[in-house]
Amino acid sequence: MKEITQGIRDGIPIALGYLSVSFTFGLMAVEAGLTWWQAVLISAANLTSAGQFAGLDIMAAGGAMFEMALTQLVINMRYALMSLSLSQKVDSSVRMRHRFIIGFAVTDEIFAVAMSRDKKISRFYMYGLMLCPFLGWTSGTALGAVLGNILPEFVRNSLGIAIYGMFIAIIVPKVKKEAQYLKVILIAVFLSCCFAWIPFLKAVSSGFVVIICAVLAAGAGAYFFPIQPEAGRLSAVKEGEL
Amino acid sequence: MNTGIFFTYLAVMAGVTYLLRALPFVLCQKQIENVFLRSFLTYIPYTVLGAMTFPAVFYSTDSLESALAGVFAALCLAFFEKGLLTVAAGACLLAFFVQLAELLL
Repeated sequence: MKEITQGIRDGIPIALGYLSVSFTFGLMAVEAGLTWWQAVLISAANLTSAGQFAGLDIMAAGGAMFEMALTQLVINMRYALMSLSLSQKVDSSVRMRHRFIIGFAVTDEIFAVAMSRDKKISRFYMYGLMLCPFLGWTSGTALGAVLGNILPEFVRNSLGIAIYGMFIAIIVPKVKKEAQYLKVILIAVFLSCCFAWIPFLKAVSSGFVVIICAVLAAGAGAYFFPIQPEAGRLSAVKEGEL
Repeated sequence: MNTGIFFTYLAVMAGVTYLLRALPFVLCQKQIENVFLRSFLTYIPYTVLGAMTFPAVFYSTDSLESALAGVFAALCLAFFEKGLLTVAAGACLLAFFVQLAELLL
């Protein structure tokens, strides 16, 4: 029971962060010609940001189903890496049927918060953690779809930075405590800037860019700064606060 | 949009996304012993977040100035280990005020 409560508590900030991003999604979905319930259904079934925005573009443009599948595959392939990583973190209470359900909610933020716990995580914690972000994501979409147009544009645009603020809030404390993370993250950021600014690399789609940068940087990190099991456990205890 | 087409899009979209997430989680139930692979998986969340945030965050608002202000606010608040929501709200607020100033001046 304590685990569920802890999970719910840890999920609230994620949910609030999701409100603003999904609000934007709801708004854009209606602008693209969908109804509010279609927007909410997309959010409830996908629970992902980048993939949904890209999917919305394809729907609006009447793109091919194959294109839809390929785009989702590329943009969301990072979740496969995260799920693999998360599979190492859960305890034995997360049995087969629970994996089918919990797997649905592996988002960047839920994953990051779960991984930053100092110990193995139970299915109770995961269910608690999933709850509020799911509700926040779907209700934010509904609000954006219904109310979005009454907000002036520059207010809507300043909400766009919210999700990145959350990412920064996860990265910075880690970097402060363990210097090798800074180096590994800087490699990823450097590569990602190359893809954004070097002419012929710009053509690579954003989903691929994230995978390429993350895999190369984490690979370099694992090679140059391997984390020994004992050392890993010690540092994990030190960073128990998040 | 035709409702039938909408549901086909929805099924394709949600199906691909779900399989990507659930399959590795369902199939990999053993502990990975290899140090390289373990380290790789430990670093992955942070490299993903780093690559997704930079440089995209600089283009997330109306102007570069307001985005820079938002990033600055986020870095400061995160450095003092404020919660996710505080950091996100701080970034939004500062970006909002800079955009407001740009609009009025």
